[in-house]
Amino acid sequence: MNEPPISRGFRSRRQEQSSKNRLPPGQYVTTDFPVLSAGPTPQTKLENWTLTLQLGGSLLGRWSWTEFEALPQTTIKTDIHCVTKWSKLGTTWQGVTFDDLLKAAGLEEPPGPYIMAHCDGAYTTNLPVEDLIDGKGMIATRYEGLPILPAHGGPARLLVPHLYFWKSGKWVRRLRFMERDEPGFWEARGYHIYGDPWKEQRYYGD
Amino acid sequence: MNVIDAVAIPTLRLKWQLAQVRDVVVETYRVKSLLLHVSDWQGHLSGQHVDIRLTAEDGYQAQRSYSIASPPEAELVTLTVERVEDGEVSPYLTEELRVGDQFELRGPIGGHFVWTVAMCGPLCLIAGGSGIVPLMAMLRHRDRRNARIPALLLYSSRSLEDIIYREEFDGIARRDPDLRVVHTLTRKQPAGWMGHRGRIDRALLAKVCFPPEQNPKIFVCGPTPFVEDVSSLLVELGYDPLGIKTERFGPSGA
Repeated sequence: MNEPPISRGFRSRRQEQSSKNRLPPGQYVTTDFPVLSAGPTPQTKLENWTLTLQLGGSLLGRWSWTEFEALPQTTIKTDIHCVTKWSKLGTTWQGVTFDDLLKAAGLEEPPGPYIMAHCDGAYTTNLPVEDLIDGKGMIATRYEGLPILPAHGGPARLLVPHLYFWKSGKWVRRLRFMERDEPGFWEARGYHIYGDPWKEQRYYGD
Repeated sequence: MNVIDAVAIPTLRLKWQLAQVRDVVVETYRVKSLLLHVSDWQGHLSGQHVDIRLTAEDGYQAQRSYSIASPPEAELVTLTVERVEDGEVSPYLTEELRVGDQFELRGPIGGHFVWTVAMCGPLCLIAGGSGIVPLMAMLRHRDRRNARIPALLLYSSRSLEDIIYREEFDGIARRDPDLRVVHTLTRKQPAGWMGHRGRIDRALLAKVCFPPEQNPKIFVCGPTPFVEDVSSLLVELGYDPLGIKTERFGPSGA
């Protein structure tokens, strides 16, 4: 399209200069923490919670809550960017990095190039393994030092902050390695297969 | 389970298009509907939303998402916008924008929170405040298609003056015995108010919703705490969590 029309009388109200370079295109800063979920918030009891690592149908590792909590812990301070346009700066998360999870499963190399994350509530999201290793992704269990609230994905959610936040699936329970990339829940409903906020990959084909 | 239950899966990139304001309808003291002509509109499903992008004189741009209020059958695309007091975009859309003005828009977006008559029912719509907007698109679609699918709208508003589209869906309900509209007013009720008072609670849901055995298609839309409360209550009442579709907006309060 040509030059966008100028909206008379419309002006910026809240972008601070300091946050401008940290903000991907089309995003705005919020200090709140909005909740976006496709269905009701699952209430998973910790005694019934497990995290499973799979390759196709075969089991690579499974941890109970207590076992998972005993894995090495990492804290990350990062900005997060939701495809619905809000960004939240300087959020602090604690959990187990994907690297440490692989080690805990006795894997030296990831056994496949893609992951499908399966979550309570029938949510799924797909990710290249490259975007999870080298400290880029974790299973987070604490937000700002406290257990993550159920509405925000507790007891455990994925955290892959360099991609739009729908990729950081709430209530994650199972990570399944795949040979080929496949669309997850939103990716099959019009959202981008990869979701890089800096390239504004919001929707199919962006 | 990963069933694609809608046919709204795009196969082409969503392009920014020009939308021109054809009419502005005052819905309440802080809500307006913008009736837009979008030259290249590819059609949509009830429940979907669009992104809009405004450009200021200095080149600054802002994007926001708004639900579509019009049914797929309508010629113009209607967005209904609530003015958020400290907002950046909604005060412009509700106070400054005039008939004839143009801005950029792309969509439709979202393939989950949608309903078409082909998906049957019964249809159970539960709205808080401006969460009514995507649900109104579903009711309008059902009405345009003369679908006699049993439907319930349970709508929570702060006061009588805050009810959006009141005359329209009361009108639909009068001529359509298969639609039931139930209001509750949470903060202020007019003298002689015969409807419900206070927030939607378990008792009200149990009383007015289609029972779980009928497997209603449930859509809940509103502010985050409202949707959290209502959807959790529905799960407690025995409704299948996978049959409850939600859309939340605004502060989470947490």
